[in-house]
Amino acid sequence: MPDRQPDPVEEGRFPGYDVLRKRSSMSWNDRTREVVDRRLAVERGPRTLSADAFRCLEAVCAQIVPQNQGPSFAPLAAYVDEGLTLGLGPGYRNAELPEAPEAWAKALAALDATAQREHDAVFAALDDAQQKSLLQRMQKGELSGPEWTDVPPKLFFSQHVLTDIVAAWAAHPSAWSRIGFGGPASPRGYVRMGFGMRDSWEAAEAHPGQEAKAARENRRVR
Amino acid sequence: MCADQTILANREGLRSGNLSPMQQVRAAGGRAPDPHVTGGWLSMQEYADGEEVDFAIVGTGAGGGTLAAELAEAGFSVVAFDAGPYFRPLEDFASDETAQSQLFWTDKRIVDGDNPLKMGSNNSGKAVGGSTVHYAMVALRQRPESFASRTKQGFGADWPISWQEMWRYYTKAEDALKISGPIRYPWGPKRPRYPYRPHDLNAAALMLAKGAEALGIDWTETPLATVSAPRGKSPPCVYRGFCRVGCSTNAKQSALVTFIPRAIRAGAEVRDLAMVGRIEVNKDGRATGLHYHRAGQWRFQRARNVIVAGYAIESPRLLLNSATDRHPDGLANSSGLVGKYLMTQSNQAVFGVMDDEVRWNKGPPSLAITEHWNYDDRKDFFGGYIHMSQGPLPVEWSSVLTGSKGLWGDALLGELDKYNHQVGLKMVGEMMPQERNQVTLADEVDQYGLRVARITYSWCDNDKAMIKHALDFMQQQAEAAGVKEIFRQKNDTNHLAGTIRMGADRRTSVVNADCRSWDIPNLFVCDGSVFPTTGGVNPSLTIQALALRTADRIKELSRRGEL
Repeated sequence: MPDRQPDPVEEGRFPGYDVLRKRSSMSWNDRTREVVDRRLAVERGPRTLSADAFRCLEAVCAQIVPQNQGPSFAPLAAYVDEGLTLGLGPGYRNAELPEAPEAWAKALAALDATAQREHDAVFAALDDAQQKSLLQRMQKGELSGPEWTDVPPKLFFSQHVLTDIVAAWAAHPSAWSRIGFGGPASPRGYVRMGFGMRDSWEAAEAHPGQEAKAARENRRVR
Repeated sequence: MCADQTILANREGLRSGNLSPMQQVRAAGGRAPDPHVTGGWLSMQEYADGEEVDFAIVGTGAGGGTLAAELAEAGFSVVAFDAGPYFRPLEDFASDETAQSQLFWTDKRIVDGDNPLKMGSNNSGKAVGGSTVHYAMVALRQRPESFASRTKQGFGADWPISWQEMWRYYTKAEDALKISGPIRYPWGPKRPRYPYRPHDLNAAALMLAKGAEALGIDWTETPLATVSAPRGKSPPCVYRGFCRVGCSTNAKQSALVTFIPRAIRAGAEVRDLAMVGRIEVNKDGRATGLHYHRAGQWRFQRARNVIVAGYAIESPRLLLNSATDRHPDGLANSSGLVGKYLMTQSNQAVFGVMDDEVRWNKGPPSLAITEHWNYDDRKDFFGGYIHMSQGPLPVEWSSVLTGSKGLWGDALLGELDKYNHQVGLKMVGEMMPQERNQVTLADEVDQYGLRVARITYSWCDNDKAMIKHALDFMQQQAEAAGVKEIFRQKNDTNHLAGTIRMGADRRTSVVNADCRSWDIPNLFVCDGSVFPTTGGVNPSLTIQALALRTADRIKELSRRGEL
């Protein structure tokens, strides 16, 4: 399988760095290529959540992890839904919450119901400030009403909204490229370990005035 | 085996390798995977269910894996059961945090209490080799006083074994795993040199050293169970940094690549994807074998002796789920203490950024350590703690930022962008044994139809005082090293212990010093659940040392005809 078309981020700390350029290198074993390929090919539509719930979830994801549309976009709602479909979970459940698929369905419905009551529109149709405000109140546990009875909003926000969505983002190559993480490392690991030391297969950080140099180095990272 | 047969076996290996080890048993048909050889097999002795084996062992991690090897090598017939898959690290392990959650025990469990525990990746493995497949390899000895906390320090309970004896077994465990560690260890009684040289320090570890020297306390390279030079088919560690989601090169000396192959070569059978649901006890009060679920059906293995080594949640759960009319409160529970005195270890941290690039993901996560506050008793609380340098991968790191700071949106992304400059110091602290912290059975059942564990946990004032002390000190040390933008991760815990405590008195403990049940003489428990106190260091080496001792005691009891 050929390398994917690189989609380097030209701005930020690591201009020109695309972790996927390392896909054919000694840093990626077959198993890693297999699981990352599968991740990048995730089905975009919902399989477990309803269409309405999924639309709400996409809007929540866009608030939790703001992203540009484009080739590097990570479809976070799809990963959350996939996790529910496959029954992936952390291995424990707080006694005050139902199982994850039920908790997500109820919380997203509750978010839409609250949005309807306060703004006469579903969450996804609210403007940016209204969405932020609702999520902030959810995080603080300030949302109430019968729709939240089974899913305490503060607990759900910390145990699922932040956890599931951010974990999906941090598992995506676009996140690795953005933060300058070396990504997969098997069988090749690292050699230069000390302060300020970089192996040639790691991202180069752009120091002020040195952006072009970093970009050149990053395009050579394999 | 001639060359053609080798090729044939390898081809078959690759074919069966295509089947997921999560769904398809691999240790069967007279062979088990050789974790060191791509597509390779070890020939394995097998026992019929109806054959009464000398030992049926539940769990193949730090406790069970060690015992399986030692007892098989002593000539006993052994079948070791693990609920998890039999992985081939060279082929099955992706270099990826999310995919490697396949190593964790993520079956249903319910948590509650004032400080509900995080389970799964933190503390529970589900694989042949148990949690040693994903642990951070930190291989420490408990300080001598930790084995007599009641007598020497005024809290908790004494171990029924002397520290001198435990330290002799630590030496054996360190040799069995070829621990890589410093030439001179700064704390505690003299100990032999570590078998392998210490690992290089990464920048994250150098920060700990810099801060320690600024404050005038000792530090050293962390003794680790990953080899710093070749050992047999294990290559030296190449500093990939994915240790906590499985080592794909076999540098890590997990039970999967050390004790398990030893056990199989010595004639033990290992059964993967075999969930033990109940221990059978006859009317004479002796265990007769165990019921296990494998390949879609419940089966019964006869055994002369049963050893439970499922760790501090699954071991008490199994004893409780094995209740009968004669043992209505669960097996081995005349003391009423099965499931009680659950302990975790406080795992709080301080994190911050340095001006220089650090790239803390390179190398094992904890390359430098100080045991200063495990050995210095000038504190106004009981127990001790160590702290170590850190190197979480992006998924784990982002969960620290969301969990500790509640960040999301641009604020979260802005913090994550500092990943390559981030450093941290993390404690492993001794929590107090409290009877109210416990494992009980919930009414809900899991995929096998077995009642799931309810895990109840609340910190006590001593726990909180230690955490505060550690956070204050670690912050001071980080500041002394030039770390900026420091914040505290106040809510993390990790390793488990307790729930089937050992002791010298059958009224106040479940097993004796030989890890043998006071009630059921042919039932042993040998894992972290027998710890009366958890000490201020990571528990794996203590579990392995205890398993080596238990193996010696079993051999001795057998010689005397007292099994």
